[in-house]
Amino acid sequence: MRRRPDIHFEDDLSSRFLPAIVALMVFLGLLGGAAALAVGGIVATWDTDLVGRLTVQVPDDGAVTAQRLQRVEQILRATPGVAAVRTLTPADTQALVEPWLGKISPEAGLPLPRVVDVELAPGAAIDPGALAARLAGDAPGVVVDDHHDWLGRLVALARTIEAVAVIVLALIASTAVATVVFATRSGLAVHAPTVELLHLMGATDGYVAGQFQRHAMRSGAIGAAIGTLLSLLALAALVAAAWRLEAAFLPLPGIGLRAAVLLAAVPVVAVLIVMVTARATALRALAHLP
Amino acid sequence: MPAPTAPALSVGDGAHSVLRFENVGMRYGTGPEVLRDVSFALTPGSFHFITGASGAGKSTLLRLMYLAQRPTRGLVHLFGHDVALTPRRRLPALRRMIGVVFQDFRLIDHLSTLDNVALPLRLSGGRPDEIDRHVRELLAWVGLGDHLNARPETLSGGQQQRVAIARAVIARPNLLLADEPTGNVDDRMAMRLMHLFVELNRMGTTVVIASHNEPLIRRFGFPVLHLAHGQIVAAPPPVDGDAS
Repeated sequence: MRRRPDIHFEDDLSSRFLPAIVALMVFLGLLGGAAALAVGGIVATWDTDLVGRLTVQVPDDGAVTAQRLQRVEQILRATPGVAAVRTLTPADTQALVEPWLGKISPEAGLPLPRVVDVELAPGAAIDPGALAARLAGDAPGVVVDDHHDWLGRLVALARTIEAVAVIVLALIASTAVATVVFATRSGLAVHAPTVELLHLMGATDGYVAGQFQRHAMRSGAIGAAIGTLLSLLALAALVAAAWRLEAAFLPLPGIGLRAAVLLAAVPVVAVLIVMVTARATALRALAHLP
Repeated sequence: MPAPTAPALSVGDGAHSVLRFENVGMRYGTGPEVLRDVSFALTPGSFHFITGASGAGKSTLLRLMYLAQRPTRGLVHLFGHDVALTPRRRLPALRRMIGVVFQDFRLIDHLSTLDNVALPLRLSGGRPDEIDRHVRELLAWVGLGDHLNARPETLSGGQQQRVAIARAVIARPNLLLADEPTGNVDDRMAMRLMHLFVELNRMGTTVVIASHNEPLIRRFGFPVLHLAHGQIVAAPPPVDGDAS
């Protein structure tokens, strides 16, 4: 049978809040972590899809467009470093803009350009400016986009979101540490007679601090379990809502093993923080006893 | 008028003493000294009573003895260690060699009688099965064999006092300090508990008992450290009619 702790923590009101505080910490930590990982995943997906590709836009101005497209394709295929060239049909182009502009009828007269998707050979680098200049002679108004600027801005945004998530996590952890320090000091004050008695009977500081540590671990584990459960429910609701929003607009990355391990570590780290903080706080206070 | 001060009372050979005080003074904050120039030494296996009126400094003296406080001045040697020079990490081991019966018992309310008494053995790292056996035996001896799982709040004052005494003696301490240990029990139980202390003393434990019970003190005839106005003084003569 498990022995009761010498200190009766149920008497201590501040320690009753500990599971709720840890639950909140884990809940916010998991949501923040998941958000950072999701943004990172989306950027990685876009990065993988777009690096090594060029998009050439040829203005659609009627009868001469087919000839221009043919000439553009010839030049592109003759360009060193180009592995494949595919011209999108008008229907493909409409499908691309549909998430933003909705269904476009051909009678609407929207001047959508013809798009040529260019796949580069591995390791190949093409100067989009120079290529555009070469193509301009046969196809005036042609635009060559290597997605570099757009992707760069997107990566910067993603890094900012990740940094904010890390700061939020650090703030949550700091708040949790402060709360545990307060709860432990409060516990030491509430249980001062028992703590002094144990001290006088020859209990080491480590023995007494261990009781606070184990109590914090139990409270932290309960809170971490609740926080994890709530965050899983919240994430499931978010994912379901995102799927309803059309996956093409917001591509949902699959949770990789690394991300899963990182997220699983959040409740474990939370409990460790609570345990270590409680022990350190108790040891620091006990050092003042004679 | 202050009581006449006794010469530095040596009740044993200071060099081989269990406990030795040298010119110990104690004050709380900026208040007056509650103990002044207290000097004595207790030899191993000795048995002493501490007497004195309320406020004479008995409780403070006991608190210094069981290392609940450091003296304001003077030296305290415990088991051959100068307490002021002993590293703090070694003090718990010294404290585990002392059994204390507190006047207010200081039982842990949420623990059973058995767990309260077992605490010193657990702090010493005893084996659970041995702890359980020893505690049951001792509690049966002090008449609490039927109250092993009782919480302190369900026990009478006398029963709580016996639990406190059992807890103090369970680990066979080298030094036993008791503050009014027979204050809440009837005469028959008081004698029984005193015989327990005497038995422990015969087995080598040094015993110090603070008591107002003059008949008991005279009956057992052990040396007396009498405190008056914070100093150890010559014990006053017994009051007529106390011997009952």
